[in-house]
Amino acid sequence: MTTTPLLEVKDLHVEFRTKSGVAQAINGLNFSLNAGETLAILGESGSGKSVTAQTIMGILDMPPGHIAGGQILYRGEDILTMNETKRRKLRGVNISMIFQDALSALNPVLPVGWQIAEMFRVHRGMKRGPAKKKAIELMQRVGIPGAEGRVGDYPHQFSGGMRQRIMIAIAIALDPDVLIADEPTTALDVTVQAQVMRLLKELQVENNMGLILITHDLGVVADVADKIAVMYAGRVMEAADVYEIYAKPAHPYTKGLLESIPRIDAEGDRLSAIPGLPPSLTDMPSGCPFNPRCPYATDLCVSDRPELLPAAEGHYSACHYREDVYQGTIEPRQEAQA
Amino acid sequence: MTELNKVDASATVTNEPAKKTEDASLWADAWRSLRRNPWFITSAVLLLILITMALFPQLFTDQDPRHCPLDRSRQEPSAEHWFGTDIQGCDYYSRVIYGARNSIAIGLIVAFSCLGIAIVMGLVAGYFRGWVDAVLGRLTDLVFAIPYILGALVFLNVIETRGVREVAFVLVIFGWPTMTRLMRGSVLSVTGQEYVLAAKALGAKNINIMRRHILPNALGPVVGYTAIYTGIVIGAEATLTFLGVGLQLPAISWGIQLNQAQGYITQLPHLLVFPMIFVGLTVFSFMIMGEALRDAIDPKSKKR
Amino acid sequence: MTATAEQTTDPFAGEEVVLDVDGLVKHFPLKQGIVVKRQIGAVQAVDGVSFQLRRGETLGIVGESGCGKSTLAKLLMRLEEPDAGEVRFRGEDFLALDGEELRRMRRKIQIIFQDPYTSLNPRMSVGDIIGEPFTIHKDVVPKKGIRNRVKELLDVVGLNPDHINRYPHQFSGGQRQRIGIARGLALNPDVIICDEPVSALDVSVQAQVMNLLEDLQDEFGLSYIFIAHDLSVVRHISDRIAVMYLGKLAELGTEHEIYGGPAHPYTQALLSAVPVPDPTLRGKREQIVLKGDPPNPANPPSGCRFRTRCWKATDYCAEVAPELTVRPGISQAAACHYAETNEDVAAMD
Repeated sequence: MTTTPLLEVKDLHVEFRTKSGVAQAINGLNFSLNAGETLAILGESGSGKSVTAQTIMGILDMPPGHIAGGQILYRGEDILTMNETKRRKLRGVNISMIFQDALSALNPVLPVGWQIAEMFRVHRGMKRGPAKKKAIELMQRVGIPGAEGRVGDYPHQFSGGMRQRIMIAIAIALDPDVLIADEPTTALDVTVQAQVMRLLKELQVENNMGLILITHDLGVVADVADKIAVMYAGRVMEAADVYEIYAKPAHPYTKGLLESIPRIDAEGDRLSAIPGLPPSLTDMPSGCPFNPRCPYATDLCVSDRPELLPAAEGHYSACHYREDVYQGTIEPRQEAQA
Repeated sequence: MTELNKVDASATVTNEPAKKTEDASLWADAWRSLRRNPWFITSAVLLLILITMALFPQLFTDQDPRHCPLDRSRQEPSAEHWFGTDIQGCDYYSRVIYGARNSIAIGLIVAFSCLGIAIVMGLVAGYFRGWVDAVLGRLTDLVFAIPYILGALVFLNVIETRGVREVAFVLVIFGWPTMTRLMRGSVLSVTGQEYVLAAKALGAKNINIMRRHILPNALGPVVGYTAIYTGIVIGAEATLTFLGVGLQLPAISWGIQLNQAQGYITQLPHLLVFPMIFVGLTVFSFMIMGEALRDAIDPKSKKR
Repeated sequence: MTATAEQTTDPFAGEEVVLDVDGLVKHFPLKQGIVVKRQIGAVQAVDGVSFQLRRGETLGIVGESGCGKSTLAKLLMRLEEPDAGEVRFRGEDFLALDGEELRRMRRKIQIIFQDPYTSLNPRMSVGDIIGEPFTIHKDVVPKKGIRNRVKELLDVVGLNPDHINRYPHQFSGGQRQRIGIARGLALNPDVIICDEPVSALDVSVQAQVMNLLEDLQDEFGLSYIFIAHDLSVVRHISDRIAVMYLGKLAELGTEHEIYGGPAHPYTQALLSAVPVPDPTLRGKREQIVLKGDPPNPANPPSGCRFRTRCWKATDYCAEVAPELTVRPGISQAAACHYAETNEDVAAMD
């Protein structure tokens, strides 16, 4: 690529050092994000997807968290080595984040308008009056009906969907380049979820933002993402264009996930579940972390950890048999299943 | 990324690591974290010594605390009398040692009586809710509204002869509400858990639900508080006795010693210092023990 | 199609009715005041819900948060007492039972909870948790046989019987959910109410638990009431589906009817909003995005409860609440004056 990506994560390692041992939450994570692009980070609990978001934002609890290596480049500059003042300026202004639980992310004792306006007062040095006006504008922009009348209301006076909109308003207040959304619709009802996702997508196009969508929901991802990085046990297992991944997964984990979810547009046959459990982060299997659950695993998978390499043009997979899985020319090993 | 060339098959055979079966019962669980807590060890050792002192004072001194020849009164600490002697000429070291019994006895009796009341009332109020809860709640508020020391002061003032039993009784009367409230809150949060609903759905009787599901899970915070409360009561007893409404002569108690020493603070400071150190040490040990217990038993406070 | 056509598409139409629910109502009073409490209203959590559950069948109940589906589960378990209505279990009035009779009846209806972390007592071993039903109902298994029976149950739900002495915290979420299922199975119930049994689990584990539930149904002839907010999960497991909105059923029909040709506007919006894990359908599916949020259940709209968000609503909807009945041209029952199947939003291939 000739241009510098907006955000680039290179070989990131994050550990949690606890009494019961060192948990390797992220083991060599790589991805990049360009302006106007939506990258979905897909993973189950413990896959390290939320830790990734927290590390980029610099809100990881340290200790027990510890960045053991790697770089996070924002427009080519490593934010992990920046001083705190510079970093704080970046946070909220250039890179901002929305959380799953809007109720606990908003301050319950301050009016929502005040909380939105705070962004302009703190970072732009605006006076109260104009800041409040900007807050009302933003509330209208994120689709809160009667914004002028509700600017003085408190978070608990809003419904879940409206609260999420308010959090989005705060996040986009200063026109960030990168917006990280950590499970933004998981706590919402389906009908409201659709509204909020639509809003996020609109705002992204308007502002040409890079959006990192962190989720476990394969449905939401298919609807909005451009690129997907599938995480498992702190690593990217597969990364590719969204159409590619759903059509021709090149990693057995992705393949297993896609086959195991019930679909609304299909009548139910028996689901093909992935056997077993995700590995414990303090006791990682050798070789490929997915090998104990993988129907195709061989001795090679136990001894050697596969690198994230292309299975096809622009389609990366961390599997020794990436081409075979991609082409669908691999058969499950019987002894591996037993 | 590093290449791993070693073939380590054992790590991949099973995804259920063969953990040794850890007992998760209330006490086993608590013990595991307690024995690693230096504060707990310190307070446990101190309390062991103090309680032995209360039970078998003769192990610590061969002097008779009631042998008080006036000719050796008001002596400074010396090799013969470690803590000196008091106004009557009694050996002060043995008097302080023998004083442990009454203080610790009152502390334990009051704390455990309150615990008993709290468990019963807290369980009933928190589990059944409704009017039972309302009545018990108002009663608790009523007693709670009376300041602890003031209430005890007034009550004890009208009792002519005050022994351990009387003082303990009055302290229980004014002391139970705090623990009952704590217990009720704890029961309330456990009652909302789904495993309680599951037991109800299975048709379990209320008494069994309380015994098997509620009590073991709700007891944590109050058990810790009982130890802390023992310390508070010992302090309160010393205060009341010092004020002249607690235990009376000829009983031997730290409070009485403090009371009598107040007239001689400048001339004979050792009369004040030694019982004070013992009261302080005892209260401190119980409180530390209580906090250690609370942290060990109550997982919520452990998470901090 | 007419009402008779319904029976041909429902494979369980001829089976015995195990659970007959009629006009179930539960309002939670809202009280205000510190000393003297007075009632200022009521949350109409469940307001006139009727349905039948047949032997071996799975009835899915879907709805968004606050629609009353969890309250409904508690009413059916008699963990809450309804204000009105009837629940008949194999013809016997379940709500009239008391004391020992109620305890005996509880064996027949069991529940599996959503949260595998709060539904198991952390202070009890797995053996004690699954064995508890037998200590409550002593006549089911002799005391000496309990341990063996518990081991059998562990095996049935796919856990290692040797782990009988372990404690819940030593298991993962999915395994804990299996323990909850084993407890629910212990007394050989006829009906199991599954209250969001997989929503707290990871995607790759959800499928394992759903497969287990299906296997157990086939093996023991269980009837399920499967409550969930995830429409894909409900579709996968259910034979018939009831859609709930603000304490009332909006639509009730077979899985094929509801997902193939939803007739109630709410069902249509709900189905169209569910994202499909297939990027090639992006932009090709008709999506009905509803305005606003569900109204407050303490103060529901007059007439049809959905009318405030409905694009079809007229003045008539505000006056007359629509009944849940089979209307001409539609095979399933829908509570809408203007019910009309819409295949454009149907979630079919």
